[in-house]
Order: sequence, then structure tokens, then C-alpha cells
Amino acid sequence: MDLAFTPEEQKFADEVRAFVRANLPADVRDKVKNGKHLIRDDYMRWQQALGKKGWLVYTWPKKHGGPGFTPAQRYIFENICAEEYAPGIIPFGTKMVGPVIYTFGTEAQKEKYLPAIRESTVWWCQGYSEPGSGSDLASLRTKAEKDGDHYIVNGSKTWNTMGHWADWIFCLVRTDFKSKPQEGISFLLIDMKTPGITVKPIIMADGGHEVNEVFFDNVRVPVENLVGKENEGWTCAKFLLANERLGIAAVPQSKRGVEALKDIARVEQDNGRPLIENQSFAEKIADLEIQVTALEFTELRVLSQMAQGGQPGAEVSGLKIRGSEIQQRITELTMEAVGEYSAPYLPGLLWQGTNEEPVGPDYAHLAAPRYFNTRKTTIYGGSNEIQKGIISKMVLGL
Amino acid sequence: MDLSLSDEQKQLQESAERFSREKYTFENRRKIVATERGWLPENWAQFAELGWLGMAFSEEDGGYGGGPIETMIVMEQFGKGLVLEPFLPTVVLGGGMIARAGSADQKAALLAPMIEGKKQFAFAWLERQSRYNLADVSLKATREGNGWSLSGHKGVVYNAASADEIIVLARTAGSAREPKGLTLFVVDAKAKGLSRRDYPTQDALRASELTFDKVSVGADAVLGKVDDAFPVVEEAVDRAIVALCAEATGCMDAINAATLEYIKTRKQFGVAIGKFQVLQHRMVDCFTNAQEARSMTLMASLKIDDKDPMVRAKAASGAKVQIGKSGKFCGQSAVQMHGGMGVTDEMAVSHYFKRLTMIDLMFGNQQHHLTRYSNLAMAA
Repeated sequence: MDLAFTPEEQKFADEVRAFVRANLPADVRDKVKNGKHLIRDDYMRWQQALGKKGWLVYTWPKKHGGPGFTPAQRYIFENICAEEYAPGIIPFGTKMVGPVIYTFGTEAQKEKYLPAIRESTVWWCQGYSEPGSGSDLASLRTKAEKDGDHYIVNGSKTWNTMGHWADWIFCLVRTDFKSKPQEGISFLLIDMKTPGITVKPIIMADGGHEVNEVFFDNVRVPVENLVGKENEGWTCAKFLLANERLGIAAVPQSKRGVEALKDIARVEQDNGRPLIENQSFAEKIADLEIQVTALEFTELRVLSQMAQGGQPGAEVSGLKIRGSEIQQRITELTMEAVGEYSAPYLPGLLWQGTNEEPVGPDYAHLAAPRYFNTRKTTIYGGSNEIQKGIISKMVLGL
Repeated sequence: MDLSLSDEQKQLQESAERFSREKYTFENRRKIVATERGWLPENWAQFAELGWLGMAFSEEDGGYGGGPIETMIVMEQFGKGLVLEPFLPTVVLGGGMIARAGSADQKAALLAPMIEGKKQFAFAWLERQSRYNLADVSLKATREGNGWSLSGHKGVVYNAASADEIIVLARTAGSAREPKGLTLFVVDAKAKGLSRRDYPTQDALRASELTFDKVSVGADAVLGKVDDAFPVVEEAVDRAIVALCAEATGCMDAINAATLEYIKTRKQFGVAIGKFQVLQHRMVDCFTNAQEARSMTLMASLKIDDKDPMVRAKAASGAKVQIGKSGKFCGQSAVQMHGGMGVTDEMAVSHYFKRLTMIDLMFGNQQHHLTRYSNLAMAA
């Protein structure tokens, strides 16, 4: 056991840093650094640069075109990307549908879809939740009925993140209404340009648009777009959710968030002194930093197990719980640091990137919207109540 | 001892409850938010007609002889409806400071028309560096002939765009953060040299940044004594805090009711999600929190007229700590139990959550008041 990086790992870290500095577009870096909202093209430019290098799908094994990173390399890569203010990689293709396709898909499907995911030429989105099926995902009712060599899809999906930018959607659909809920679900890939698909924005509490409802009205999908066997889509769904929950811990982003919070607390004044010198507030930051460290080492332990050939188990649910709570705590303390200057709401600056002058310091107007928006982290990807249910059942045997 | 409301107070409660329910449906409120002012003059006229603008002032000041309990009753119902009319800056803060420190002439010129609904106020105290220290004021007022000249900046001034007069806390003597040497001025909102940048706030109110560039006012603009405004401001802010606490209890009642209804009707796994014990216990904690908030608000409303400033300050800070804690718990829990719906703009719950969040940040958050309370309690 050794915490220090080997000379090879150190060399790899240097290589990653040099690559990010040379290839991350400066305007994208600035946007991330200053908390601005990114548009589709910002993500694409960075992801395509990573794609060229072969690092976009950094969690994939070599045989599917990934770099086959060791856990240490993966850790180094994620941390350096965050430290250098690279945007988060959109997970829908790279961490969700990609692994499903290379695990459950046919050779033809692998050939058709994987290169575009590795190179980020296609934007994927997710069709899982429905208005009536949230925590109880298996109760989903969007149906796909066979009609010759097509499925006819009818129904609606919700909490569809960035679907308004997407080329393709992967969907859980019901192909059998008679058997148990989990046994009648199939995993379908659908081209967003297919007639009959409507995307309707959902406006969030912070005034932003990042999620949608997606409606399917007699949408014709070729049967070859089915991944895995008909009525066995739940296997793909569970496999994907376990992967989703791993990335959701967001340790490198939280480390960056704690540093940004300290920077703000050094600038903000409290009785004529920097806020960071206020003992009560400093202890809150310290407590948060300790939580992040505990999370980081839990994630490292999981990665290390996986390197020994283990599969991510229910520990992953624990990562999601703590990771999401920590993300929320960061936004809470950041808003506390900004104080009453959190109150001004500047939608132009926040959403359209207008040249509107901020009120107070640059970071002030972001604090409250982030706090409101980040409440979603304990809800999405399987709510924390659901995660705790999984741990109590699978780990503790309750 | 009797903690029940009088018949008159019950009537007041009913009429305020009716106002919120009828005039502040979710859809109506959305329309009011979108108006230029962000509140409705017809509602303000109704407040005047119903006597709400003068209820907390003494009869000799032209009011109706009520007090903090009347303010509590109305503010609580305002919280339930997320009412947008500028009652707090105009009546509780502006009116409160004029009643406490104003001359007979000032009361006649300002308080009487305010009670009739013809004048509104804004209170400009906060500056970029102030955080929650009411004495951390650097906007300067210097003597100029018989009057004064004001220069400096004020931030997050609620209702400045609608106010007829801005009540400005300025430094006339002393060093930074010294409570002594502060003076209140009543400044015409259209005064030469006063410029404004208006914006909406996270919770759909209106506020402004104000820049004073050699704004001239007469000697009669001074509210109270020169260099001695701090006790007036501190008391007015403590009263505003108690009013905010009442508003927050209304918000908590509404957000808890909405959440309870949601978990009774939203079905997953074949049952209402309220059947799951983890949500039941959380819902119970929400109700307990709201009860504590209500109790502390009542305590503070009863003690805020106490002659001893220490008692007043402790009551206000104690209540604000409780509201910060309970408001955060109820707000965050409501969002969580609503799931994805809780973070959307289309559900009322997110709007209550935003208001509760901003109430914590106004006039000192939970941490600030915990420190203040602890200093007061340990000194006694």
C-alpha cells in the first residue's frame, strides 16, 4: 500500500496537465472558472479534443476503444481536468449508453454507435423517468409495440437533461404489459429527428432550462435499435444506474468547490476582517473539507477494489449519498459567505451571458441559483432515500 | 397569562388570510411579479382601507393603537401567500423609525400619508462590506451650509424603486464600524445626485443599488439625533426581524401543507409515498420545526416592546436563529419530498423555498444571530 504516485503515474499526470492546457479552449476554461453556463458547442469542442486523444471515454477498457486507465490514472485524469477548469464530460454517451452498448449490444450496434461516442460527434440523452415513474422506475408506461420491423413508441419521458441539444436518446420502454413490471421493459435507441418526437422545456427554480419533457407520438423505431433482448431491458437499466452513481460523487468538482469557497471567504468582509478569519465560519469550511476527504478515500477504495477485478457494489450508493450532500453543502456555505448580496437575481448575466454588470462581486449572483439548483443532486440518479434503501437491503441485509 | 387572540385580532387574521388566499393564488402572483412595479397599487390601497398600514402605530401618531401582535398576524398571512407588496420596508422599517425618532413635523409629513397609503419608504443601510454589522457604514454625510451632503453607496435596498423617500443610514462622525457617529436621513427618492440600479431578487421582490453623489438635503432631513441613530436602527431592525419571522412561519405552514398533500397523493411502488416511514418521520420533523418557529415568533412578538433593549435583542436574535434553522429544514425537506417537481419553477414549493432562504440572509443569518444571542445571554 502506498499513497504516493509512482514515477510513471507522475509522468502521466504531467502529460494530462500539458494536454489539458494545450487543448482546452481558453473561452471554455474561462466560462467554467467563472461559473458561466456552457452551450452545446462549448462541451463539444472540449470533448472532441479529448476524443482525438482517445481520452474522452477514459473509463472504457481497451478492447472497446478506451484507454484502459488504471484506477490511479483515472483519479489523476479526473482531478487534473477539474483543477484546470475543464467542463464535466457529459455522461449520457460516455458513461451511460456506451458501456451498455459494448456490454449488451450486437457487433453491428457497437460498430454503428461506439465510434461516434468515443469521438463526441453525437450527443446522447436519457429517457428513463416518466411523470408517474420516478423512484419507482420499473412502473414506466411508455410503450413500444411491434409493427413489422419497427416498434411504434407512444408515451412521455421527463427530467430529460439537455435533450434539446441531443441527436439520440436511449429509452426504457414497455414491451410487455402482462408480466411483472421489471420483466416487460426493453432498452431502445431512438434518433431524436424521428417524426413524432416533441421536446418541451421544464423551467427550474433558478429560472434555467436544462431539463425537458419528451413526448413520443407514434414514433417509428427500427427493431435493430433494440439493445439486449426484448423484455430484458431492466438488466441494462440497472447496469447503467450503477455506473451513473459512481460518477455522481463528483469528488474532483467538490474539491474545486471547497477551494473556490475559501477564495470567496478570503475576499468577503466580516467586521472589517476577511470572513475566513471568523472562527465559526472557518470551522464550517474545515468540516466540509473533512467530509470531502472521507468521500475521496471511499471512492479510492472502491476504485482499488475494481482494479482487483471486483464490480462496483452497493458502496457506490454510499458515494452518491455523501457526494450529493457535499455538493449541496458547498453551495449552502458559498451562499452564506456571499450573504445579502446573494439576493440580486440577474437572469441575463446568469443564462444568456450578457454583458450586464454584476451587482457586487462576480461570484455573488451565482450563489443562490446554484444553491437552489443543487437541491437536485439528492433527488436525481435515484433519490438518496432510494440509495439508502439499496444499502440497507443489499449491504446490511435488513 | 393569556396567549389567545382578541376578537379584533381574530378578525384581522381572517381578513389577512382572505386577502392572501384570494389575491395571491399562484397564477395571480405570477402576474404581479411580471408587472413593472412588482406589486399592485390596488392591493396597497386595500391595505390602507383595511387599516393595516396604521394598525401598529399609536393613536397619537395617527395609527390604530395596535402593536407587534397585529404585525405578526398580518405578516404570517403574507408569508402564506408570498405577498409582494412592500409592507416590511415601508411600514415596519420606515414607519417604525419615523414613529420612534421623527419630529412632530416629520410624523405629519411622512407617517400620516404612509398610513393613508400615499407614501412608501425604503431603508438603505447595507454596504458592500457591511455583512450583518449595522454599524459597518461608510456612506458619508458632511455638513453643507445649514444642511448636509451625502456621498457613497448603498446596496440591496428593497423597494427603492417604488419608494417616495429613502431612509439612509450615514456616517457623520467616528471611525468605521463605530456605532456612535451614525445619522439617519430622509432623502427624496428623486433627489439630484441619487442614482439607482434596479433589479429583481431571487424571491421575486425588487431591490436596488444606490449611488449618492453629493446629494444635498436640508437640516430637517435628519431623522432623530445627529450621530445617535444606532439605537433607533437596531431597534427597528429587531422589529423587522420579528416581522420576518412571522412571515417565515406563514411560509413554513404553506410549504408543509403542500408537501403533506403531495406525499398523500403521489404514488410510487403502488402506494402513496407518505406511507414510507422515512418520509413520515421527515414530515413530522417539518411540523415540529414549524411549531418551534411559531413559538419563537410569538415569544419575540410579545417581548419586542420590552423596555430593556437586551431583552428585545435576545428575543429577536433567538427567534431569527430558530427561523433560520426551521426554515432551512422545512424548505429543503419540502423540495426533497417533492422530488424533481420540487426544483421546478412551476411548483409553488420552490417559491416558498426561495423566500425562506432569503429570509435567513436578511438582517443577519442563523449564524450571526447565534453569535449575537450567545454574547447577550452569556453577558447577562
